[in-house]
Amino acid sequence: MMKNKPDEEDYWNSSKFKAFTFDDEDDEFSRLKESKQAVNSIRSLVEEEDDEDEVEKVSWSGEPVGSKTSLSESSVKLYAPELRKPKSESKDYISDWSPEETIHRMQQGKVVSLERFRSLQDKLLLLDFSVRAHDGNIITAYFLIIDLFSFLCSEVLFRELESRQTALRHFIHYLTEIRDHRLLLELLRRDFLKSCLNLPFSPEESAHVQDHYTLLERQIIIEATDRLAEHAGKVEIFQKFPRRASILNMPLITTLYYCCFYHYNEPEGTYSSPLNIRHTFRISEKQYFVTVLAARAKLKAWSDLDALFTSRNWLGFTKKKSPLSFHRVVDILQKNSAPTQVLQEYVGLVDDADLRIGLAQKHKCHDIVINTYRDLKDRQLLLGYRGKVERGSAEERKINDLLDSPVRKRRNYDHHHHYQHVT
Amino acid sequence: LAELADSPELPDFSLLKRLARDQLIYLLEQLPGKKDLFIEADLMSPLDRIANVSTLKQHEVDKLYKVEYKPIISTSDQVCFLIRPRIQTVKWIYVANADKAAGKFRRYKIIFTPQKFYACEAVLEEQGLFGDVTTDEWAFYLLPLDDDIISLELPEFFRDNFLAGDQRWVRTVGSALHLLHSIYGPFSKIYGIGRCAKMAYESWKEQVEEGDTKARQAEIGNAFLIDRDVDYITPLCSQVVYEGLVDDIFRIKCGCVEFGHDVTSSDKSVKVMLNSQDKVFSEIRNEHFSNVFSFLSQKARNLQTAYDKRRGMDIKQMKTFVSEELKGLKQEHRLLSLHIGACESIMKKKTKQDFQELLKTEHSLLEGFEIRECISFIEEHINRQVSMIESLRLLCLLSITENGLLPKDFRALKAQYLQSYGVDHLLTFANLRQLGLLVEQQPGETLTVMESKVGKLVNDKTAGKLTDAFSSLAKKSHFRALSRKLNLVPKSDEEYDLRVPRDMAYIFSGAYIPLSCKLIEQVLERDSWTGLEEVTKLLNGHEFAFTGSNGADLRAKSDAQRIILVMFLGGCTFSEISALRFLGRERGYKFIVVTTAITNSSRLIEALLGNKV
Repeated sequence: MMKNKPDEEDYWNSSKFKAFTFDDEDDEFSRLKESKQAVNSIRSLVEEEDDEDEVEKVSWSGEPVGSKTSLSESSVKLYAPELRKPKSESKDYISDWSPEETIHRMQQGKVVSLERFRSLQDKLLLLDFSVRAHDGNIITAYFLIIDLFSFLCSEVLFRELESRQTALRHFIHYLTEIRDHRLLLELLRRDFLKSCLNLPFSPEESAHVQDHYTLLERQIIIEATDRLAEHAGKVEIFQKFPRRASILNMPLITTLYYCCFYHYNEPEGTYSSPLNIRHTFRISEKQYFVTVLAARAKLKAWSDLDALFTSRNWLGFTKKKSPLSFHRVVDILQKNSAPTQVLQEYVGLVDDADLRIGLAQKHKCHDIVINTYRDLKDRQLLLGYRGKVERGSAEERKINDLLDSPVRKRRNYDHHHHYQHVT
Repeated sequence: LAELADSPELPDFSLLKRLARDQLIYLLEQLPGKKDLFIEADLMSPLDRIANVSTLKQHEVDKLYKVEYKPIISTSDQVCFLIRPRIQTVKWIYVANADKAAGKFRRYKIIFTPQKFYACEAVLEEQGLFGDVTTDEWAFYLLPLDDDIISLELPEFFRDNFLAGDQRWVRTVGSALHLLHSIYGPFSKIYGIGRCAKMAYESWKEQVEEGDTKARQAEIGNAFLIDRDVDYITPLCSQVVYEGLVDDIFRIKCGCVEFGHDVTSSDKSVKVMLNSQDKVFSEIRNEHFSNVFSFLSQKARNLQTAYDKRRGMDIKQMKTFVSEELKGLKQEHRLLSLHIGACESIMKKKTKQDFQELLKTEHSLLEGFEIRECISFIEEHINRQVSMIESLRLLCLLSITENGLLPKDFRALKAQYLQSYGVDHLLTFANLRQLGLLVEQQPGETLTVMESKVGKLVNDKTAGKLTDAFSSLAKKSHFRALSRKLNLVPKSDEEYDLRVPRDMAYIFSGAYIPLSCKLIEQVLERDSWTGLEEVTKLLNGHEFAFTGSNGADLRAKSDAQRIILVMFLGGCTFSEISALRFLGRERGYKFIVVTTAITNSSRLIEALLGNKV
């Protein structure tokens, strides 16, 4: 690294790139003074900080000031000058640099000349070296320096990118960042790029896009109708529960929830009918149930839920069925503060006995607990549970009746041992 | 926890702050006279750790503004911008300033940190501002967040590098490593795994060769570089160690957390620095959450005893008590009540979202057990429109552990996801697929050697049936293979005492040893990658190990040799840091974690969302 005086001055006068220099003794001295001042000011802050109300003290960013680390000044003196070495060297000709040297100089922030890289081969060589340097900054710079427009026009050069994925991805990312959609679109038209970008949509994905389009059409109609109805003030539900936001651009399930909330009992022929939405968008049974459940529970329309879960077989018997496990149903109901009678009904439908008892105890569904213990014929558990119900309540009487029943008493002895070690 | 008596001392990283501060002051003085300073929003906290407002004022910074992408209102003749090298910000500077049109003359300076990019300068040039505006670089690469954590504070590294395939930060990482090496090196050995780690290593190597390094007493022995994409499982798991949990719930920003009124039980929120200086926090940060409560209540009892000492004191004793102990006790009291408040708030939030069931699902996925139940749990999560991030996180965990989803599951879950959270997430799915985080199993992938052998023996029809039977059994899964080879999932039938952890799995309730940390452990133990060939093959290779070039003599077992620098490219989690601290205590190492940013599952997924274009 020979220093050449005239050249050095040349550099400082002409270069756009500012670099640090510490050749000047005075400069360095004043800087050290600066540091010391800075450190001293921190010290005083640290001392202040020991106050009790330390937490409340915030700086301009709204965060606590200062750090409590103590600095050893000697170590800074030791290493700092070396680390702050000027980035640029003094010699700085613009001449015949090889592609490798050119890239190297660019990495150091030095001026380069690209005039000599005019042949396709040279341009590509330069690109390959920039990729090899693992420096995204330089790869992107390459595209900036090689004039973008002429670049795009040059089909030959352009096709070369196909085999240079790293460079290509830098180019695409740059275009995305500067939001040059025109160029991006032009890129997209080229077949070989389709593998690298995830566009256009696959058939499966275009079905989603098509659905979205249909949904938007629906939302526009529903929004217009409902806004009118709300303003007119004649529909009770809008008065009782004013709409919080427009339904436009909401996801499908949110739309379904909205329709279950405001348009639940509409015939399937209307656009806003939940059943219509379910069929149009092929919503799964479970998804539909969950959404109806959430919406009707919010409105405390328990009878709707009853109807939702009730299915009738061909003999006309009814049975409660759910695609969602009943313990999850209970969970959703409970979060919507369903009354105990309602909870009780669904807790009773939970298949797993342990889970059922757990839920029943959690939600104080005494009947279920008592009946389960009765079926288990476990006197001990019944006795234990009597302590948990209210004195003089119907539940207590029920337990007492069960305990007094001689049949149960006798049976209990038969099974007592068995259940003892189970529980 | 018993710490080894001869645990080595950590190097003093405050030096890094000092260097950054000196450089910044120098740059500010390059623009003499009064000036207004505009600071990029995400640089404010890091800057605050380096130079406080009075330091800036001393160097003639008049007013401070946050870059908010609004028109610039400043009356100063000189305006300085301290920004990240982002095209968007540079464009804003141009748009926001109407000086040229108004015929007004001001001096402008843009300081890019940690470096400038050609692309940013090109914007200035394009707008005809190049020359009117001076640009500079503030080489602020590394911010020490704690005694053993250093961050580059570059969260965008993850998306830029792994999603966009843009290598703009590779050299930055190389320079950061170079800085550490020149102050605390020379390193005796460098290990690494991952494409980016390899490139960063090469960039660093080149920079070492450019400069002349003097022989120096090393303070750091070995370095280990690891790409985030080597292990996506770990950052996708729910964190249950205190510091990680606090980060998951309250989001620790630049080593500082804001506790809201639900924690402070007053109407104002409080910002707290979370580091080893906080005596209460430093004792619980690495603990499994289940131990934290009992620890805090013990601590509270001790505090009460200490306060109670006042009773029966005479005046003189009381005076000593007040001057010597009271202040410390009050400080401890304040911290204690904050962390107790935080714990309560965490408990409340976690109970509400059925955390137990969520953890059960995660653990089943890691074990490869009851996958159908996991899928239906995730499905219900999506159907109920519970957190969109959480649903994606679980989907990704499912996909990575199962080596992709069966086509019919993939389509059904994706369709339901789009229906629940919006069709614009098509782009999110595209992003996740590109990273291999959420993919569909390719037909044919399930065909194993065994099946094809059997297929030769029996007729086609039978073979078809067999394929169906096998496909569920013999799915090729890298994670399962890795997990078996490295023993990542401890046997579930054994009791795991979380109070006395026996391995790094404690950070996930004993259910899983973080892959990233296990790799580090294995390589350090073997002092090479030898014997791990099958593992690295499953991780797509790109592993390397080099001996330091600077003739660093391997003074056996000197203190520096037991200081290990681990650099995560693309972010690391607090759980991983806790695991490494544990490993360090077990093996007599001290780990220094350098990361491009602190991450967690939400940050990772959020970086990949495509719904807000």
